[in-house]
Amino acid sequence: MATLSRDDVEHVAHLARLGLSDDELARLEGQLNHILEQYEILASVPTDHIAPTAQTIELENILRDDIAQPSMDAEAVLANAPAREGAFFVVPAILGERD
Amino acid sequence: MTTELTRLHAHHMAARLRAGELTSRELTEAHLDLAEAQDHGLHAWLTIDRDRALAEADAADVRLAAARGEGREALQALHPLLGIPVGLKDLVSVKGGQATAGSRILEGYLAPYDAHITERLRDVGAVILGKTNMDEFAMGSSTEHSAYGPTANPWGLDRVPGGSSGGSAAAVAAYHVPLSIGTDTGGSIRQPAALTGIVGLKPTYGRVSRYGIIAFASSLDQIGPFARDVRGAAALLHAVAGRDERDSTSSPEPVPDDLLTLAHSDDEAAGSLHGKRLGLPKEYFVAGMEPGVETRVREGVAALEAAGAIVEEVSLPHTEYGLATYYIVAPAEASANLARYDGIRYGPRLGEGADVLADYLTTRGQLFGPEVKRRIMLGTYALSAGYYDAYYLKAQKVRTLIKGDFDALWARGFDALVAPTSPTVAFRFGARLADPVSMYLSDACTLPVNMAGLPGISIPAGLSEGLPVGLQLIGAPWSELELFRLARGYEAITADADWRTLEPADLPALADPSTPTPAERMAAMSIVDR
Repeated sequence: MATLSRDDVEHVAHLARLGLSDDELARLEGQLNHILEQYEILASVPTDHIAPTAQTIELENILRDDIAQPSMDAEAVLANAPAREGAFFVVPAILGERD
Repeated sequence: MTTELTRLHAHHMAARLRAGELTSRELTEAHLDLAEAQDHGLHAWLTIDRDRALAEADAADVRLAAARGEGREALQALHPLLGIPVGLKDLVSVKGGQATAGSRILEGYLAPYDAHITERLRDVGAVILGKTNMDEFAMGSSTEHSAYGPTANPWGLDRVPGGSSGGSAAAVAAYHVPLSIGTDTGGSIRQPAALTGIVGLKPTYGRVSRYGIIAFASSLDQIGPFARDVRGAAALLHAVAGRDERDSTSSPEPVPDDLLTLAHSDDEAAGSLHGKRLGLPKEYFVAGMEPGVETRVREGVAALEAAGAIVEEVSLPHTEYGLATYYIVAPAEASANLARYDGIRYGPRLGEGADVLADYLTTRGQLFGPEVKRRIMLGTYALSAGYYDAYYLKAQKVRTLIKGDFDALWARGFDALVAPTSPTVAFRFGARLADPVSMYLSDACTLPVNMAGLPGISIPAGLSEGLPVGLQLIGAPWSELELFRLARGYEAITADADWRTLEPADLPALADPSTPTPAERMAAMSIVDR
């Protein structure tokens, strides 16, 4: 199986939206590769004709009637926001200028 | 007097409350006093809410008095948890209270609603004493990964209580509460129960609604009880189990009323072992298992046999793949679940506020701890383009084989499997922090049970080197009542064992206010989690 390079670690950190220091990236490169080595044992298990298991109880397509239900009060939802204005969450610029 | 009250089992407390010999306020005050005075050296609690607990206790006393006025039938209809103090792992939502999940990224967050299990506990009249410490987002086997500092083990204050529900386990073992709630994704109830010498049950996947519980790995997470005896655990499971339409994975499977019968019953024959067919999976006696642990577990098995159980060695041939499979599936699900922590809707936001991406990177990079970052990285990688089939899909297929090993044994008519819970007793602070894989191996005997969605219980089976050993019973789906009966039977046949009379060795040290905190102990040993 694959080995993670420093570039791979940086790429995955970006995908995961984790801003990591150089120290962290270096440490993770070693730790993640050590953990990936533990995964190698799975390659020896024949699974060509085995169906995957995503969950273990046989419940499917649990639906409820399409009837409006009361939801949480907007004030309760906004109460935890780090920044808000009126009935809105304040978000840093998404479509802004970037260097 | 008050210390004595905290030593009672939950069912003894319930009997005294009904008889009018004791009020819930007296009982709750005794536990609050002990927890507040002695948590300094243990750090089992992240919050203790005295005012709310006493208000709930007073409400319970009103219900108890009313039932006594109505007579015997009304008293018998009361739930055994009415007026009993419980602790909740700090990932359970209690409206208006904190729910940090042991993370800085939820610091200051106040739950806007009650979890399903919180509602159920209120309905039956339990008293919520506070919220307990845990590994951050339940990722860990030692509670050393809590962002708020580690919890110690009352059996040895330089040792971990296990994890991730280490605070809930330590609080029960140290008599701060008779009962508590934990969650178990790969062993996070059973392993700390084993390491602190108490009872802990991981129910069947889908048995308890997870509405209002902070998610880790959604195909594995289950909520379950800790107690110092089997009857207490059965009563607590009964209170919280059952279908809830707000969690589409909660099952309509009926919750047996006999859980309550068991919780109420003084009759030891309720746990008859005679003729029970138990499998002893040979793969669970793993390399690296401490000889003292193996000795206690084999003695436990011999005691079950002596009481008439039929024990047969069996094989779960895919056990060796459990660890790798789990450490793909759980991080993959975690990386998706933890994507929601973006510093926009709740939790602190770090960064300059000029650019949303930069703020995400800063907020998540600074506020998640090292183990959580490791798991998010693993999960993101396992799900990323080009690697999905080799890792995640492969793991899901091996998961089918692991589950199939258990299914084959249920088809052969086994009532349960008996195994060790943890290959070792409680380890010292720092012993496994430097090597994540060594920490992951703590759960080698518990995580296949989560992969298969089965119920498992850990019960005390004596001491090795002065530290508790747990015996694990694993059952077919929805067989919690059967597991409790077997566990009750084991409790009965070992009732006179010397170790049953022992209290955790470091309780006297906890009574000393100059005892260092677990964080101070780790700092003195220069242990850093990174």
